[in-house]
Order: sequence, then structure tokens, then C-alpha cells
Amino acid sequence: MWGYLIRRILAVIPVMTVVAVVVFLILHLNPDDPAAIIAGDQATAADIENIRRQLGLDRPVYIQFFEWVARLVRGDLGSSIFLERPVLHLILERVEPTLALAISTTIFSVVLALPLGVLAAWKAGSWIDQAIMAVAVLAFSFPVFLIGYGLVQGLALEWDLLPVQGFVSITEDPSRFLAHLVLPTIALGLVYTALLARMTRSTMLEILNEDYIRTARAKGLANPRVLLIHALKNAAVPIVTTIGVGIALLIGGVVVTESVFAIPGVGRLTIDAVLHRDYPVIQGVILVVSGFYVLINLLIDLTYTVFDPRIRY
Amino acid sequence: MSNANVSAGAPPPAGTPLLSVRGLETRFFDDGMALKAVDGLSFDVARGETLCIVGESGCGKSVSALSVMRLLPPPPASRVDGTILLEGQDIRALSEREMRRVRGNSISMIFQEPMTSLNPVVTVGYQIAEAVRQHEGKSWAEGFERAVEMLRLVRIPEPERRVKEYPHQLSGGMRQRVMIAMALACRPRVLLADEPTTALDVTIQAQILELMRELQEETGTAIVLITHDLGVVAEMAHRVVVMYAGRKVEEASVGDLFERPCHPYTVGLMGSIPELGSSLVEGKGPRRLAEIPGIVPSLRAMPAGCRFAPRCPLATDRCRTEMPPLEEHRPRHWSACWHWERAQEAIHVHA
Ligand SMILES: Nc1ncnc2c1ncn2[C@@H]1O[C@H](COP(=O)(O)OP(=O)(O)OP(=O)(O)O)[C@@H](O)[C@H]1O
Ligand code: SF4
Ligand SMILES: [Mg+2]
Repeated sequence: MWGYLIRRILAVIPVMTVVAVVVFLILHLNPDDPAAIIAGDQATAADIENIRRQLGLDRPVYIQFFEWVARLVRGDLGSSIFLERPVLHLILERVEPTLALAISTTIFSVVLALPLGVLAAWKAGSWIDQAIMAVAVLAFSFPVFLIGYGLVQGLALEWDLLPVQGFVSITEDPSRFLAHLVLPTIALGLVYTALLARMTRSTMLEILNEDYIRTARAKGLANPRVLLIHALKNAAVPIVTTIGVGIALLIGGVVVTESVFAIPGVGRLTIDAVLHRDYPVIQGVILVVSGFYVLINLLIDLTYTVFDPRIRY
Repeated sequence: MSNANVSAGAPPPAGTPLLSVRGLETRFFDDGMALKAVDGLSFDVARGETLCIVGESGCGKSVSALSVMRLLPPPPASRVDGTILLEGQDIRALSEREMRRVRGNSISMIFQEPMTSLNPVVTVGYQIAEAVRQHEGKSWAEGFERAVEMLRLVRIPEPERRVKEYPHQLSGGMRQRVMIAMALACRPRVLLADEPTTALDVTIQAQILELMRELQEETGTAIVLITHDLGVVAEMAHRVVVMYAGRKVEEASVGDLFERPCHPYTVGLMGSIPELGSSLVEGKGPRRLAEIPGIVPSLRAMPAGCRFAPRCPLATDRCRTEMPPLEEHRPRHWSACWHWERAQEAIHVHA
């Protein structure tokens, strides 16, 4: 178990190295000259040359890379060209809304999708199954922003039930924090709920045909025990994998959702950075998000060992 | 063919049957077409008795056992007709809830597939304990105690350690013993064992059969043993039912069957078996059913008369048009063949 854990953690190093190389190359293989962007429209060629020397852009690429990595290791992600502040600070300031949205969406999807998927599989072919799957297809085929605007129109603007836009920190006011999360979570989460419910259903259907399920029924066990212990525990590995993939996909959806609901998160930071071609910020966001992916993957691999005793090394 | 060393010739213990099956018919519905996998099967098993069901692959042995357990896909995918009496009670009349109290408690089943029939992500102890908990209202601790006891009974070494293990940590033979332990955990009155030893090597096979016989002597369990292996039949059976294409074609005590088979199919099955009963003891390898030339008819296209006619060396025009009824040709010896008196001639043709 511990050997497996250490091996998995060590395997993160090459992955993150590749990510670092790619992120570094973004700056050096792109058509824009970062020095020119920083210098602005009115700058002379001499000004640009000055800035280039200041940033070390005139030195050999491999030296720049190692210096850059050395700074990364110390937690220095560079400074924003436009906001002229450390990228790490900018990201940390924006991370709470994004993380809150990602977590609440994941919880919402899992809590809703698992029971629905299990129920649909158990009642396969019945009207319950058909109704659940029809709703899932519907939810799956609407884009996030459409659901978002629909919800804002209905629940927030028409009936005034929930705040329309914005974000309140949990440290400031926990109940308003939650109220502001409801609509974005639903908007973002429906697609993942649909995906996960369908996945759960098909995995469970397959497992319910396994010989060991017949054995469980041959023992005279009641349905909940057959479904929730014998079937669901076997379905856990594919389900957890889908949850993980869902979290990864979520990041794309977060950017859209943050725009629709005017949430000041990492998604908004990214859009602004791309619009301004603020390369240090773009690089910083990609690094942090990649690190997050790798962490999620690691956590998922570790959960496998909890659910499936055959996976040990 | 030698009949001298048929070993299980002891007379079956007297008594009313624990399990009595009458006119069992099982149909599967596939694309609106009914496929009759079991057609009019009847048999009885008494306390302490072992009934073997033999027949080629696909003749409906497993489906018959699953019909009795009510473990087939529910209607409309399948339909079971006939009477199944367990200790006098009609199983088919029970609600699903009542049936759950019967399954694994008064009747249990060992499945044909030992490698896939245990849940891979649950410990074997848990899988035994939950049955005990379910039927006897015991605590988990008591359930696990029983699990250890059962594992010891089926001769698994270090049962205290093994209960905490997962199926993949056990060998095939041990898994099959766990299946047996699980099936017997609640002391069933009737045990349906579907090829319990087929996947195992000969030594372990002999041990497991020995174990089943000992357990039967202790508890008086009625056993329905499904097998391909005439060596196992000779070793274990009191009575034998021979099935062909969903129907019973012969039934007799094990001694009668080997001595005077009254159906060309039975004769064919025994065709190349030189010395029955000796195989397991001497470890010479399992005695499989002999190969009979020709193929088993498909459920979709059953011959009109005798179902064995296309492969039968004795077949006549009558066989091809009229279905032979199952008749008691000698005391407690039934067969369904127009030419039963000449059945033993079939051997010469096969050989
Ligand atoms: N769920 C099902 N749906 C449709 N047909 C089935 C189903 N289960 C079994 N059958 C058919 O019923 C027939 C009898 O199958 P069964 O499994 O009882 O054979 P068997 O005698 O146990 O064979 P084997 O010795 O190979 O185990 C076969 O033709 C099989 O294809
Ligand atoms: S009835 Fe005819 S075809 Fe059928 S087994 Fe007897 S002899 Fe053969
Ligand atoms: Mg079978």
C-alpha cells in the first residue's frame, strides 16, 4: 500500500516536468513578443530592447528555462504584465469562488446522479428508468450558458428567490455564500449529473448481470443489500473515474459559468489574461490548473485501492 | 463395459421427498419467440439422498436448477410452469419476499462458475456472514464466527485468517470450498450443486465430493448434483436423471443405470467409459461424457418425434414421427425410447 502510494506520488514528477516545459514554451513559441506587449503601443525599439534585457529574454532559452523553474520551485510564478502584481497573489485571490463552485458542483452532481443511476438500472426498462434517462438526455444537450440564463431569468429575476450574480466569501457570510452558489452550481452541474447518472446506470446494468449478483440473490438477500453492497461497490471504480473526468471537464465549464454569473474567479482571471495577452498570468493559471488535475488523478487512483482490493500496486 | 466397480450402489434412504419437481417447463422469450429450455422435467429427492442430473452441454441442467431457485430473469424474459414442492410447499406460489426467506436458507445452490460467483470486492467471511445474519437474525460477530466455523468445515486451512481475505487471494479450489461453505452456512434441507467440481483438478475434486458426502451424512441434506462426469455419478449418486434437449430421457438408480441402460443416449454417453468409479480414487483424470456423433438440436428447431433420432443409431421411421413417452420399463427405471429393449446395441455402433 505504502509502496504504491510512494510510486504514484513519484510518478507526478515527470508529468509536472512535461507540463512545465510546455507552459514555458507557450511564451517562447508564440508569435507575440512579450517585451513589445509590456512596452506598450508608443514604445520605441530601444525601449523594447531594454525591457527584453530586463526580463532576461535575450539570454539562451535553456538558461531562461532553468531560472524560470528555479523561481517556480520557490513559489514565484512571475508578475502580471498588466496588473503588475505577482501572479501567485492574483490566483490565490481568485481561487475561493472557483474552488467553491467546483466542489459544490461535484457534490451536487454525485448526490443527485448516483441514486438516479442506481434506480434507473434497477428498474431498467420501466417508466421510471425511461423518465430518468429522458431528463438526462435533455440536461445533457443544453449548453451551460443557456441553462444559466434560464435559471437567472426564472428563479432570480422573475421570482426573486436567489441572488442573480456575484459572489460572497464564506468567511464574510456563510449563508449568502451558499445562496450565491445555488444557481451557478445547478447551471454547471446538470450536465455532469446527466453524464454521471447515465454512466452509473450502464455500469450497474452490466454488474447486475454478473454471476456474483446471482450468488447474492441466491443467499436470499434483500434488494437494497444486493444493489448497494454487492453491485454498487463493484461499480465504484468506473463511477469514481467518471467523477474524476467530470471534475477535469468542469474547469472548462467554470470559465463560462463565472462569466454568466459574474463571479470573480480564476475563470474570469483567465479570460482577462487571454484578452490582454498577459502571458505570465496565462502560464501561472495553466500551471496551477494542471497541478490540480494531477492531484485529482492521484486522489482517484488512491480511492481505487479503497474500493477494489485487487488493486494494490 | 464393466459394471463391477460402481461404488455408490447403496439403496436411497426412505422418506418423503424434500424436493419434488413435477412437469417443469421453462421458456425463454427472445424477440417474441418462445424457446423451451426445459420440457416436462420431473424428479424427487429425499432426505439424505443424492440425485445426479447428467446430460450434454445445453440440455437444460442449469436452467432447471435456476428455475427451482427462481433465479432466472423475471417475466417477460422467461416463464416457468409446473409444480415445485419444497418440503410440501409450492415454491411457485410464494411472493418474492417469502421466496427470499427460502433461498439460501432451506434450499441453496452452488454455481457452476466458481471463479466469477464470489463478489471480488467483498471478503469471503462477510459473504458468508451476511447470509447467516439475513436468515438467522444473528449479529455480524456471530455471522463471522459461523463463517470461520464453515470454512473450517470445508477444510480451508487457517480459517481465522482466510475469512478476512478477498476471493482473488484464494485458489480456485478454495473458492469453490467457500461457495460450498456459503451454500451450507444456514444448513439447507436441499442443496443444488451445479457442476461443483468441474473447474477443479482431480485431487481437489475428490476431496470436495468426499466433503459433500460427509456433510450429507451429518445433516441429511438432499443433494441434486449436476455433472458432466460419469465418474462423479458413480461415486455420488443414489439415483440418476439423464436429460437430453430439455427432457428427461431416462431415470434409474445408479446401479440399474450402469448395469442396464434403457436409452441409446445413455448408452452413448457411457460409450467410452472403461471403468466407472475408479477414476477419482486413482486420480486418472475425470471421466467426461463420451462424445456422441452429431449435434444437439437447437431450441429453435426441435425434431418432431424423438429428439435424439437424428443422432440415434437405432432410429426408425416411428422414432422420427412419434415422440416416445417416458415409461417405467422396470421397477423404478424409466426411459423414453421406442426401442428401449435394444438400447444396449447402440454401444456397438458407437464403438
Ligand atoms: N437466460 C437465457 N436466455 C435464453 N436462453 C437461455 C438462457 N439461459 C439458458 N438458455 C438456453 O437454455 C438451454 C439450456 O441451458 P443450460 O445452461 O441449462 O444448459 P446446461 O445443461 O446447464 O449446460 P452446461 O452443461 O453447458 O452447463 C441452452 O440452449 C441455453 O442456450
Ligand atoms: S426412440 Fe428411437 S430415436 Fe429415440 S432414442 Fe429410442 S431408438 Fe433412438
Ligand atoms: Mg450448466
